[in-house]
Amino acid sequence: MGNNHKFDVIIVGAGPAGTTAAYVLARAGVNVLLLERGTYPGTKNVFGGILYTTVLNRLIPNFWEEAPVERHIKGVQIFLISGNNAVSIGVQSEEYNKPPYNNSFSVSRVKFDQWYAQKAEEAGALLVTSTVVDDLLWENGKIVGVKVRGGEGDINADIVIAADGVNSLLAEKAGLRSHFAPRQVALGMKEVIELPREVIEERFNINDNEGVELKYIAGDATEGIWGGGNIYTNLESISVVTWVALKPLIERRLKATELMEHFKNHPFVRNYIKGGKTIEYQAHLAPDGGYDFTPKYYTDGLLVVGDAARFLNASIHYEGTNFAMASGEAAAKTVLEARKKGDYSAKGLSYYQKLLNESFVMKDLKRYRKLNRFAEANPEFFDAYFGAITQMAVDYFTINELPKRRQELQMLKRFRSTLRDLYASGSGGTYHHNRLARVLYRTFPLVRFLWQCLKGVISFI
Amino acid sequence: MKIDDKLALNLFHVDKDAHIKVNEEICRKCPHQICTYVCPVENYTLDGDKVVFSWEGCLECGTCNIACDQGAITWDYPRGGFGILYRLG
Repeated sequence: MGNNHKFDVIIVGAGPAGTTAAYVLARAGVNVLLLERGTYPGTKNVFGGILYTTVLNRLIPNFWEEAPVERHIKGVQIFLISGNNAVSIGVQSEEYNKPPYNNSFSVSRVKFDQWYAQKAEEAGALLVTSTVVDDLLWENGKIVGVKVRGGEGDINADIVIAADGVNSLLAEKAGLRSHFAPRQVALGMKEVIELPREVIEERFNINDNEGVELKYIAGDATEGIWGGGNIYTNLESISVVTWVALKPLIERRLKATELMEHFKNHPFVRNYIKGGKTIEYQAHLAPDGGYDFTPKYYTDGLLVVGDAARFLNASIHYEGTNFAMASGEAAAKTVLEARKKGDYSAKGLSYYQKLLNESFVMKDLKRYRKLNRFAEANPEFFDAYFGAITQMAVDYFTINELPKRRQELQMLKRFRSTLRDLYASGSGGTYHHNRLARVLYRTFPLVRFLWQCLKGVISFI
Repeated sequence: MKIDDKLALNLFHVDKDAHIKVNEEICRKCPHQICTYVCPVENYTLDGDKVVFSWEGCLECGTCNIACDQGAITWDYPRGGFGILYRLG
């Protein structure tokens, strides 16, 4: 490197987004510098648990034959839990047991990110690790390189790609976004828990390299805070995740570390973990709130990709790695296009916007925009209602000598009275409503509940 | 499981200087001291009304920087090659 060395492109961050951009550009013969602040790629990286690989499989067909993947995910089990009751629904398919394995794999990020960065190096990218980028270099209002901490100093390039993760200090320094507010992020904590391979396969009803995901949606998994808990099967360990939106965590004044222990010790969780030994503890932020908080993701001489651009589908799908790789690829294509014209201005880079708009990245972010708003405005769907709904399910299956018709009526009556109590106490999301409205809700609790459900469905479709 | 026991499992390359600077004078007057709740490694603890910060177990998540609304925290990453070194991720 050195002071007068210039690269075509500098990419900051060797995660899935940055490495994808580096790989595609290097393969096209572009002179790429990939900078990573960790000792090697992956050592600073944490994810919720599944690598989604539609983009990767297009770039490196049948990558799973050489990449260090753990298990392919053949199914998901979704849980709604309250303190005493649980309702769950699962989906799995033998189709997911065949290539391309539904493009879902559990991986160790340290192993995978290293392998992937090595592919970019083999394609011709220069990877430099243990290197922190402190700032951008500007010239006549355009970004022309990066300022590296320590001896290396300034490095120039035609274009910088910020792939520096959720905290992206570069996006902030470029003026593309302001300092985060708590409602824009979620905090995830994860333990990797070692268990013998046979125990995992028996416990989760899987064979060979099959894996599953267990997804607990808010409710008592997170003491009612918007978020959730997850368990993923690796080869000889499981990953246990607890994640919560930061704003309600602050408002409730709950200790993050205690939430994780609460989840692990929950009656509907602990048996999956039993006998396991924690071997690593991780924590990381994730973008939250979806499309409404997406920053501007390009300016003169700069493209922003992956978590740094807040590309994450914060819905039931919660795909991030796929979005990272798709945006990395789109950024690379944009650079190739800009190089033809030699135009690295914001206008020249607007092709990035066009590519993203045409891909699932923007389409999905926009698709869930209303759902994200609905979820934020109606937190009772992830807390207070869980108790009522799971109780109704348990009442339905309780064995007694009542004729079933009467049991069903009793179940509905109890559901109605639970809702009424919620609305009366204000915990059903009604505390900020006026007196008259609350009297109406108490009188016709089912009407309010169904009306809210209808609004939820409309926001979803 | 206690947080110290969890952190003992991780590999850190601890720098001699803190990468996050905390203005403890501001913290002393802080009405909520929310950092002592949200930090996932409990790096912010209370000693009486004083917030005590240690950086050794920091996982570089950035939560404190966003949760603190008092301007007490100057947040940065550790030097290259320092800080948390995940072995699994």
